[in-house]
Amino acid sequence: MKNFIEDLNKAFESRIRLGIMSVLMVNNWVDFGTLKEMLQVTDGNLASHITALEKMEYIKVQKQFVGKKPNTSYAVTKAGKKAFSNHLDALENLLKKRN
Amino acid sequence: MNKETDHLAQLQQIRALMERSSRFISLSGLSGVFAGIFALLGALAAYFYLGNKINTTSYFDYPVNSSVESNNEVLSFFLIDAIFVLVASIVVGLILTWRSAKKNGQTIWDATAKRMLINLMIPLVTGGFFCMILLMHGLIGLVAPVTLIFYGLALINGSKYTLDDIRYLGICEIILGLLASIFIGYGLLFWAIGFGVLHIVYGLLMYNKYER
Repeated sequence: MKNFIEDLNKAFESRIRLGIMSVLMVNNWVDFGTLKEMLQVTDGNLASHITALEKMEYIKVQKQFVGKKPNTSYAVTKAGKKAFSNHLDALENLLKKRN
Repeated sequence: MNKETDHLAQLQQIRALMERSSRFISLSGLSGVFAGIFALLGALAAYFYLGNKINTTSYFDYPVNSSVESNNEVLSFFLIDAIFVLVASIVVGLILTWRSAKKNGQTIWDATAKRMLINLMIPLVTGGFFCMILLMHGLIGLVAPVTLIFYGLALINGSKYTLDDIRYLGICEIILGLLASIFIGYGLLFWAIGFGVLHIVYGLLMYNKYER
């Protein structure tokens, strides 16, 4: 008997990280402001979760200037896409097993 | 048990975020209904105008056999008529969409709205230019079918970035446009069906599905 819970990725345990990945999975590049608005979180909170995901190389960062304002955008990496899909599969399997 | 509902909630949250961040879902169905009503009023105005203008020939034949001088007057009436319909539809559409965006927690002008609008505008502007070229060549009868066809293509192109249902409206408009280009004298009638009746029907369907 396989233990499905072990397949769940610890990196996606937080609600905010799950949200960041969900948004990035279906969009090409998303900037910080849009993410913040979408997830309804504070700057600091969002930044720390982004850094964590960036360290695991699940997301990549692109910095540019819009006029004089710096604008940072994010996108998922291949590894991030794979890890997130696996996590979703694990979630689904867990639910199926119970039913 | 608690864990299970937790996982389910997670999946639901993921799905909602994916949807909300990639599609503009706040298009109000009621704005379709109003656009349809305005279009019907516009078509009615055109119908009576043409009826008064030409007593000898039936208005259906008018676009195919008419002289150039009288065309200019009719054309400017059509243009003003169309602009009125367009402006009224856009204003009411914006107000209603803004209301429903507020309800969805979306802003009316975000990345999804931008993306939808750009993709909608590409075929639409192309169609607009094409109509002007048709007028330049004096092919007035083809203008109504062409507006329907390009509008349908625009809806299908934009549908990737908003509610899927818009796609079917687009397909209906294209079919109607093709029919209209066969029965060329009945442009006004097809126009009234395409922009009037179809908008009202779809608006009501969408309203029932998403906003009630």
